[in-house]
Amino acid sequence: MLEGLLLGLAAAVTPFNLVMVVLGCVIGTVIGMLPGLGPMSIIAIMIPVAIGLGDPTAALILLSGVYYGAIFGGSTSSILLNAPGVAGTVATSFDGYPMAQKGQAGKALTIAAIASFAGGTIGAILLMIFAPALSSVALLFHSAEYFALMVVGLSAIAAFAGTGQVAKALMMTILGLIMGTVGEGALSNMPRFTFGLMELQSGFSFITLAMAMFALPEALFLVLNPARGAQSGSGAAIKDLRITKDEARKIAPVIGRQSLQGFFIGVLPGAGATIASFLGYAVERNIAKGEEQAEFGKGSIKGLAAPESANNAACTGSFVPLLTLGIPGSGTTAILLGALIALNVTPGPRLMTDEPDVFWAVIISMYIGNLVLLILNLPLIPYIAKLLTIPRAYLIPFILFFTLMGSYIGQNNATELLILVGFGVVATILRFADYPLAPLLIGFILGTMMEDNFARAMQLYRGFGFILERPMTLALLILAAALVFVPAYRARRARLRQAGVADGD
Amino acid sequence: MALDRWIALVFVALCCVYGYAAFFTMDHLLPAILQRNPIWPSTFPKILSVLGVIVGLVVLFSPKAKTDAAEASVAADAIDHRRLGEYNLGQALVLLGLMVAYALALRPVGFLGSTVLFLALGGFILGERKIQILIPVAAVAAGSIWYLVQEVLGIFLRPWPAFLI
Repeated sequence: MLEGLLLGLAAAVTPFNLVMVVLGCVIGTVIGMLPGLGPMSIIAIMIPVAIGLGDPTAALILLSGVYYGAIFGGSTSSILLNAPGVAGTVATSFDGYPMAQKGQAGKALTIAAIASFAGGTIGAILLMIFAPALSSVALLFHSAEYFALMVVGLSAIAAFAGTGQVAKALMMTILGLIMGTVGEGALSNMPRFTFGLMELQSGFSFITLAMAMFALPEALFLVLNPARGAQSGSGAAIKDLRITKDEARKIAPVIGRQSLQGFFIGVLPGAGATIASFLGYAVERNIAKGEEQAEFGKGSIKGLAAPESANNAACTGSFVPLLTLGIPGSGTTAILLGALIALNVTPGPRLMTDEPDVFWAVIISMYIGNLVLLILNLPLIPYIAKLLTIPRAYLIPFILFFTLMGSYIGQNNATELLILVGFGVVATILRFADYPLAPLLIGFILGTMMEDNFARAMQLYRGFGFILERPMTLALLILAAALVFVPAYRARRARLRQAGVADGD
Repeated sequence: MALDRWIALVFVALCCVYGYAAFFTMDHLLPAILQRNPIWPSTFPKILSVLGVIVGLVVLFSPKAKTDAAEASVAADAIDHRRLGEYNLGQALVLLGLMVAYALALRPVGFLGSTVLFLALGGFILGERKIQILIPVAAVAAGSIWYLVQEVLGIFLRPWPAFLI
């Protein structure tokens, strides 16, 4: 591991890569603060830039810097404006905004930054311990297990989508898989479902899809409903960034607990920073006693530290399945996976042996990224926060323009833009009807890999025999089925009980 | 019928079309030698279409989950299609049209011209009337982005109208 760390240090600590970390964190913070642009949209917009760099290490460092920065920027707007730019920081506003109202905005930002730093750093250490172990197990997997593992991942994403949403999330996953089959299949190079259109020969571009699914609907919502992410005027000056020793002692155990919990929640596919932060907040509120518990929601420093450390640790945790199995567990890591594939790096268990410099450089850059957020962004926050006063009439055309550019630069093809607008409208309608869109994108990205592994397993075992002949495959597929059916069954029971039909527990 | 069910219905229809293509139109195109393979290009799509129809029907016919009052109040900020009439639908549609126009104009008009027009018109549609600020901002932004993409990233973007270069 030490050897790996040194390798990572050597790869990450070049002047160019350091610039990338700083740049990524700053860009992420700035854009993450703007209402309506979540980490997924920001990363999607940054992908052409990252691919343009040509070097996978630098690209991944830039993108993970952007990811961290976006989460941090989201907490800033949660605290100052009660307008979370990112779903993962909604819980931050519960206690962060009351603190800002009490004139403690500076202190709240410091706590948020320290909690994020600790969460991210502890997460990176855990990632360093668990990823190699998981990789060595994953090397034993065959294509049959990979196929089953992807089925598990996709079902887990649907299962964690929330009650009453499981079927909808599954539907979106299947839609993503269907869209992934458009174009030339790897099996026979026979064009499929292209309707004879040349433009579809190579399939849909994943950047276009990512833009259409995340960036465009958010921008359209900002146009449709000006109240969304409206600036409620953060007149409060940001001053006095210091916290006392007593406060530090109070939040230290919270940060420790929530970093661990957040990391492990982040590792699970489908459960990301959002769930980690809400759960972290709830757990800490339940643990706290008497007076402290009453403080929650009114500006408790514990209530601020909990979701902040949990969401950053979860962000790091979500890299585990990506780097070791090559299976993204969240929309953001799915986009990162797409970027890596475009850079000719295939994440998975072989990443650590084939391209250890990429793997370790990413881990090192996580440390550096967290440090940059703490020492560079915190003092800059009062200035960056001025960006929140940009009028909509300037902001929105720029967001739309960056969305268009993101998919144009990669392809240099204007037809791609028409596809983008078309899918963007479809995605907006889906969002209106409460369909989750991340499963669609994950399904789309995993679709090709899944079919490849499925095909390989079928060819090796001359048919569907692999399901029965490989016990691990069977176990994983049963797990996947359980993941989908148990929440559905429980939702049904709950519904029946509401109707007064079911009895017993 | 609620919007999500309409979407489920469309999805089921889509899966049927997709399944029809997978089951009945693909296999006879396959060379004879590949037909001895246990897996055909149509195998995976066939599975997907069947699964898709099943899941789509589940969404279509599953009873409506009761939404809590608490959840509804949290979602006050969330977007709701039933209040579409109160939103700036016109602005959004015009902006979408503008994006299509931009896509079509990008090649013939060139990057700089079309981007300045796009940004300025976008701001104008959203209610900004100070053209003396809008146009310089758009021009500076378009110029600097073009420089970044072309010179720093090394990706060619045609800056001027097609007939000039």
